[in-house]
Amino acid sequence: MSPHSSGGAPQTGRTSRVAIRLIVIQILVVSLLLTLGGRLWYLQIRQGDTYTAEAADNHIQQVVAPATRGSILDARGVPLADNETRLVVSANRTDLMKMKDRGRSVLARLAGVLGLRTEDVTAKVRLCDAKTPKPCWAGSPYQPIPITDEATTQQALQIRERAEDFPGITAEPTAVRRYAGPGGSNTAQVLGYLSPVTDDEITKAKTSRTPLMRSDQVGRSGLERQYDSELRGKAGVTRYEVDNLGRVIGKAKSDKAVPGANIVTSIDARVQAIAERELDQAMKDARKEMDRNTGTNYKADAGAVVVMESKTGRVVAMASNPTYDPNAWVGGISAKDYKALTGKDSDYPLLNRAIQGQAAPGSIFKVISATAAVNAGYGFNDNYNCSSSYNIGNQVFKNFESKGYGPINLGRALEVSCDTVFYDLAYRQWQKDGGNNPKHPADWFYKTAHQFGLGKETGIDLPNEVRGRVPDREWKKKYWDANKDTWCKQGKEDTSYAGLIAKENCESGMRMRAGDSVNYSIGQGDTLVTPIQMATIYSAISNGGTLYNPTIGKAVVSPDGKQVRDIPPTAHGKLPFSGNTRDQLDAALAGVASEGTAAWRFEGWPKQIPMHAKTGTAEVYGKQTTSWFATYTSDYTVIMTIAQGGTGSGASGPAVRKIYNALYGVDDQGKIDEKKALLPHPEEKLPRIEKDGTIEAQHIDPPPSPSASPSRKEEDQ
Amino acid sequence: MSAADGYTIRRFTPQRGAWSRLTARDSVVRRLDWVMLFAALALSGISTLLVYSATRGRTELNHGDPYYFLLRNMLNTGIGLGMAIGVLWVGHRSLRGAVPILYGLSVLFTLAVLTPLGATINGARSWIQLGGGFSIQPSEFTKITITLIMAILLAGKVDAGDRLHPDHRTVMEALGLAALPVLIILLMPDLGSVMVLVVIVLAVLLASGASNRWIAGLVGAGVIGCVLIWQLGVLDEYQINRFAAFANPAFDPAGVGYNTKQARIAIGSGGLSGSGLFHGSQTTGQFVPEQQTDFIFTVAGEELGFIGAGAIIFLLGVILWRACRIARESTELYGTIVAAGIIAWFAFQSFENIGMTLGIMPVTGLPLPFVSYGGSSMFAAWIAVGLLQSIKVQRPMSA
Repeated sequence: MSPHSSGGAPQTGRTSRVAIRLIVIQILVVSLLLTLGGRLWYLQIRQGDTYTAEAADNHIQQVVAPATRGSILDARGVPLADNETRLVVSANRTDLMKMKDRGRSVLARLAGVLGLRTEDVTAKVRLCDAKTPKPCWAGSPYQPIPITDEATTQQALQIRERAEDFPGITAEPTAVRRYAGPGGSNTAQVLGYLSPVTDDEITKAKTSRTPLMRSDQVGRSGLERQYDSELRGKAGVTRYEVDNLGRVIGKAKSDKAVPGANIVTSIDARVQAIAERELDQAMKDARKEMDRNTGTNYKADAGAVVVMESKTGRVVAMASNPTYDPNAWVGGISAKDYKALTGKDSDYPLLNRAIQGQAAPGSIFKVISATAAVNAGYGFNDNYNCSSSYNIGNQVFKNFESKGYGPINLGRALEVSCDTVFYDLAYRQWQKDGGNNPKHPADWFYKTAHQFGLGKETGIDLPNEVRGRVPDREWKKKYWDANKDTWCKQGKEDTSYAGLIAKENCESGMRMRAGDSVNYSIGQGDTLVTPIQMATIYSAISNGGTLYNPTIGKAVVSPDGKQVRDIPPTAHGKLPFSGNTRDQLDAALAGVASEGTAAWRFEGWPKQIPMHAKTGTAEVYGKQTTSWFATYTSDYTVIMTIAQGGTGSGASGPAVRKIYNALYGVDDQGKIDEKKALLPHPEEKLPRIEKDGTIEAQHIDPPPSPSASPSRKEEDQ
Repeated sequence: MSAADGYTIRRFTPQRGAWSRLTARDSVVRRLDWVMLFAALALSGISTLLVYSATRGRTELNHGDPYYFLLRNMLNTGIGLGMAIGVLWVGHRSLRGAVPILYGLSVLFTLAVLTPLGATINGARSWIQLGGGFSIQPSEFTKITITLIMAILLAGKVDAGDRLHPDHRTVMEALGLAALPVLIILLMPDLGSVMVLVVIVLAVLLASGASNRWIAGLVGAGVIGCVLIWQLGVLDEYQINRFAAFANPAFDPAGVGYNTKQARIAIGSGGLSGSGLFHGSQTTGQFVPEQQTDFIFTVAGEELGFIGAGAIIFLLGVILWRACRIARESTELYGTIVAAGIIAWFAFQSFENIGMTLGIMPVTGLPLPFVSYGGSSMFAAWIAVGLLQSIKVQRPMSA
């Protein structure tokens, strides 16, 4: 305080009134400054993080460089899916707009080099908005805009060598997915396909370990989807600082692109090519055959074949027919192609029928029935009457695939595929379980089917495998609950055969009837299995009882080749039989190949390679019969099926034989030429990985000329 | 020194050199308020850095020369300092005689703005183009002339010892003289300057010791004036929008609201220590319009953080604190009133300017004293410093 402030004398320049008012002013000044300080603290310290984030949003723009997707290789390193480099010429819009003429002269020069019209090139780099007609650029203005992806090497060189004439223009080799189809293989459904990521997926993946970028392509099916996160890698992001007009003023922290890992599979492209070719040929041949039941040629509208290593469950080949060219998806699928692949009129070639096709198994189911009988207490070597038909009440069950053989043991019943032996076993067991009034039924035949892995996925490393169905009591009850209303209604109104069935189902469909059990024992009726399920079962019989989860992926190899993660075979169960029963089954199935229903297809097969087989012909209500052929050696299991294709050995036999011929180098006379053998033993090792991370691909021949159509005998029993 | 050479005993008067004179206990230099001077110089230094940071990338403004604004800002500061020294040399008392002329000139200049000589910038017709890229904003100088003319009138009789407080007639005359330029500026319309002038007038009346009735009357008139301005539609749409954007920060984010939003993002993102000088993304990205002038504080907020921006508020506080001391210690009412007017001017204008960047005041086109780029505002602020120093220096030494 001034010494004068208390005084009221004019000579001090103030009175007490003035002094008090000066203090008021001073207090006001201080409070204004404190207000500013407080507000400043609130904005910068309390809410600083929020504003920092907002500032970052304001001025950072991202340019994404997609990661190179990993390759999918066959067991010998031959790429089934890889990337091809195309020379892509792109323009950096930010650079062009900085020029005085907004890049017009550069684009004109570029058009000259590429042999395009200047207007077209200019149109490609303009940004899309409501008023701009196509072509225009709909992506981020900071992302390089592709002008062409079909530049020649010479054009690219011209652009690169005269870089000063082409500021803002790049000519870069860019990776594009390619399904090479080595050796004439296609592998379409196993490989799957890619398509651009959707908004939903980006949102969902945001918090995951592998977030998605707008530019990413993701696997939609097959291995591309199963191993998507391994194959995809991580896109590189260059972050640019931009000003309020979007001009680039600097670079912020950037992440380099990390290429995806390579997947080595157990597929052998050569075997795959043969499997595909033979399946296709078998179906073509079947279509030339007359079906005596329907009086028309077989339709043979779908088929699948699986070649599996018996001792590991690794898949060597897997073919599904009808098929398609997976390259149709590359660079965006056309509307026409998409309709052809997925439309209502298409034959659904995208389905992998080896894991997604299900049908009644027919007689190849009998190994399960035989095991069930043994487990229920019937001796394998006891004699059972193989009559030509079997009567239950007034119902007659025919011996479909076999004639009457009199008393034979279970092994012989498998060899000749005698239905009546299994009818009798199943009926006796059904009666034991209480017949129509079951009391604590043992249900050996159904229990055993579950133990063989039916009715659930095998766990193969492919997405969307279907489960098939074991029509046990539980299922019957559920099925009846779901359908009884329809059945009962139809049963009342309809007097045709279908109506009668409906009526019967309405009245007793909730029960396990004698006829159901009898039909079930020979793989007919409501049972559904997939080819891959049967492949695991027959592999298990071959390898002593281990049910392997089939695998296609064999190893994940990091892009630099330094880290190799093996995908070991895993098992999901053991077959419920003793070693003795296994040997007896094994011997019986060998008998099928040497003197039973499949013998005519393995004529002259060398004894050094013991062959085992089981044929199956499944009835399908309203359709032609399904052909099943299950075979194995000690190394491989081959399962083939053709829907509406005829009998097991008739339709599928020649194809399976040819696959074995190729694997072991056997000719039609049974001579083994080891030089011609593609894969006499399963490939155990991984292909050689070079120091730079590339995986050495072994030689593969170009696709051979179409195989000659084999002579096809009329009947196989 | 020499022996007595006569009968007279001469008082010892040492021969002093220029340096000794400057550093003598009673010299002007020794009596200057150095704290205030340093605070003002520090603000001018910070100003130069901030102006440079805000304009080095603005090619559309700086004619391709990143140092264009840096050099001009230093020149402005130099000229301002020169003006302050000039005022100090003349002295605020001696200036009294010239004040009526200066007042008349400032009224004429403000009137000239309304003639075709004036230039419109950002919707307000506040400038006179002088050619050669120079322009002046007469309303800046009006803040000084109003203070001086009112101070002379109100303090006249009191300092002469005739009265204890200014009489009603004098107050009325003083208000009349103030009202003239205020009305002219209201027509521009430069609402920000009008607000500052009204606050100056209020502070001058307070410090003069005028009757409480005048104070209450003026406040009442101010409120009625605001209502009238709003009702009569004197305001342009852009001014109404600025208030709307202030009341509702989400208002028109691409237009008026954009400015306040970007300003707040810039300041908020600065955090405690800022992004470092020349490293603010909001600043280098030029997201904040008018950043070298009215929104200069956002550069400090973003690049220097709470510490740097707080330092600016602190330095302004130092100047105001010293000014308050000078107002209190002035031996004549004239000095007290002038100091009070300047305090009100600096305090309110700083509060309004910083407050609008912080979102607690509506946006008006007012510069931040000593910090914003701009010749007129820089000169006016330094002239005010000269006046304050003069009031301090010419105060008789206390016995």
